[in-house]
Amino acid sequence: MLKIRNLHVAVDGKEILRGITLDVNAGEVHAIMGPNGSGKSTLAYLLAGREGYAATEGEILYDGRDLLALEPEERAREGVFLGFQYPVEIPGVGSMNFLKSAVNAVRKHRGQPELDAMDFLKLARQTMKLLEIDEALLSRPLNVGFSGGEKKRNEVFQMAMLEPRLAILDETDSGLDVDALKVVAKGINALRGETRAIVLITHYQRLLNYVVPDQVHVLADGRFVKSGGKELALEIEDQGYAALGLRDNSAAA
Amino acid sequence: MVAIAESVTSLTEGEYKYGFVSNVESDIAACGLSEDTVRFISAKKDEPEWLLAWRLKALRAWTTMKEPSWARVDYSPIDYQDVYYYAAPKSGDRPKSLDEIDPELLRTYEKLGIPLKEQEVLAGVAVDAVFDSVSVATTFKDKLAELGVIFCSFSEAVREHPELVRRYLGSVVPYTDNFFATLNSAVFSDGSFVYVPKGLRCPMELSTYFRINAENTGQFERTLIIADEGSYVSYLEGCTAPMRDENQLHAAVVELITHDDAQIKYSTVQNWYPGDKNGKGGIYNFVTKRGICRGRNSKISWTQVETGSAITWKYPSCILKGDYSVGEFYSVAVTNNYQQADTGTKMIHIGKHTRSTIVSKGISAGHAQNTYRGLVRMTPSAEGARNHTQCDALLLGDRCGAHTVPYIEVKNNTARVEHEATTSKISDDQLFYCRQRGLSAEDSVNLIVNGFCKQVLQNLPMEFAVEAQKLVGISLEGSVG
Repeated sequence: MLKIRNLHVAVDGKEILRGITLDVNAGEVHAIMGPNGSGKSTLAYLLAGREGYAATEGEILYDGRDLLALEPEERAREGVFLGFQYPVEIPGVGSMNFLKSAVNAVRKHRGQPELDAMDFLKLARQTMKLLEIDEALLSRPLNVGFSGGEKKRNEVFQMAMLEPRLAILDETDSGLDVDALKVVAKGINALRGETRAIVLITHYQRLLNYVVPDQVHVLADGRFVKSGGKELALEIEDQGYAALGLRDNSAAA
Repeated sequence: MVAIAESVTSLTEGEYKYGFVSNVESDIAACGLSEDTVRFISAKKDEPEWLLAWRLKALRAWTTMKEPSWARVDYSPIDYQDVYYYAAPKSGDRPKSLDEIDPELLRTYEKLGIPLKEQEVLAGVAVDAVFDSVSVATTFKDKLAELGVIFCSFSEAVREHPELVRRYLGSVVPYTDNFFATLNSAVFSDGSFVYVPKGLRCPMELSTYFRINAENTGQFERTLIIADEGSYVSYLEGCTAPMRDENQLHAAVVELITHDDAQIKYSTVQNWYPGDKNGKGGIYNFVTKRGICRGRNSKISWTQVETGSAITWKYPSCILKGDYSVGEFYSVAVTNNYQQADTGTKMIHIGKHTRSTIVSKGISAGHAQNTYRGLVRMTPSAEGARNHTQCDALLLGDRCGAHTVPYIEVKNNTARVEHEATTSKISDDQLFYCRQRGLSAEDSVNLIVNGFCKQVLQNLPMEFAVEAQKLVGISLEGSVG
């Protein structure tokens, strides 16, 4: 589904990713781990098409198509979803209204009929129940005044509603307590399926206790330095990035 | 910021939907302004002597006045002798029923989305349609009359209810008030008149739809609304004009009066032709709107959505005379391309424990300049008065400007005044977030802008809130892509 070949990415003229190669097949869950400042979020932004993130070398194929040639909204409609590390607040825009517009934009692209308010609400309610989201949250302006946990849960809720084929979750686990983490994991696991792929970007392995990855890759200084199965994540938790000979730039980041 | 800049460039290429011209024969006064012009207009309307005298006093006052230059707007001098002050569709001269109206006029309003046939109009909305200088139709007039509500054209009010007109005309905006209001007082041609009797909550939205059609013609209408003790009325006005290369002048006056416990909610959706994307043509909208809360515990609420006009110069204000009276001003002003808006309000607190709220949202795109100008005055008698002002400006692109000019005068130390102001740009983060969810750049900007305006738009009567929301989007069309 996703083929990344020798990808180099520069931001503001500085090279952040330095030759990444990755294959993600439908049905798989990949975890990308790495110390802060290793380029994890840069990869996420590049995949989603954020302005200012340009590939200087290499290519990304999504279902055989050149992903980098698509506008951000085209990627989204083709099923690429990015769960943001820091979801932005948009005052005055109701969360529900926003999501309905988004869901219908995607449905329209897929040739599905758009959902009216009633059908949308019905679907949303079921999903909210699964994710233990308070309905009141969604009548509030998008992300405005949401707690960190609420924002992350709302990202997972949006993901569930949009039914992406490739979901990239950027530090969706950060700042969550154990209960919230379990709920978020439940949402992610519910999305797992043969036609879908998930890329989890995370600093810690604790989310991986609940969402068990097929492959784990360690990113450092813009390169994958190690890949393996789920046990690699445990190894990192046990021994830290330092044991792999990696510097954690947390303080600098 | 490249994405936004590009986006902003393409939002402006949207077409002005109401720019057509109707082929209607007009009765026109000779070009230019003189006593003869004023007499001509007054005679056309069979006006009583006192009104002609009032007009002439205004004209004399006007000749001694200077055009104001303090607003942050820039335009070439207007030659007031090169304007037609009166143009009326020939057949529109006091038709008795809708059947007698020129079908071309009915079609015009239909095209504008304002059907005048009562069975087709929005339920619960009565419309007075003003075409150039005269009112051509008023719907639901009889039904309202049964309740004691007078809703008719200004000319008709002068004929049928001279005592009310004489008592209130100029009582809020005197004929000497300011250059444009004084000009209006001399040459005003028509407009709407509303009187709501004691204790009645008017069951319908009343609205006036203003249309400028004739070339080189100014529109000088006058609206007078009186809410008697304990009554309530919600009134809405809409405006459009054809696309022309010349600038056209619109200098209206609106006066509102509320007695004890009465309330007027006045909403405007102003969409005069804004000129083309190079700033050619468009309406000069120089308008004086003011209300007085005469009675105790009365309330006047202005809501305006200003998207049109080449230049907007407009400060709907409240004189809060009655104790415990309340004034509100909710405004969205959208300027794109080379539009200029200098708009705001004055809240004059005289009565005890009077309260006012000002919420102003300015949105600029293209090369536009958008200024909020407001005055909050607490006079010595305004014991315990309060004001809260919030001015937010949103910039799309980097060639436009937003300015805030608040004046605050406090002469009573028990009064409380709060002022908050913000200026922001649509952030790349917000735009990217929306697009990542599948919304186009244009839809994303629309969504963010409408969110920004929500606090104001939600004050509009429901039937119009959706329209206004779309209008804000259309006005910014071409500024994103």
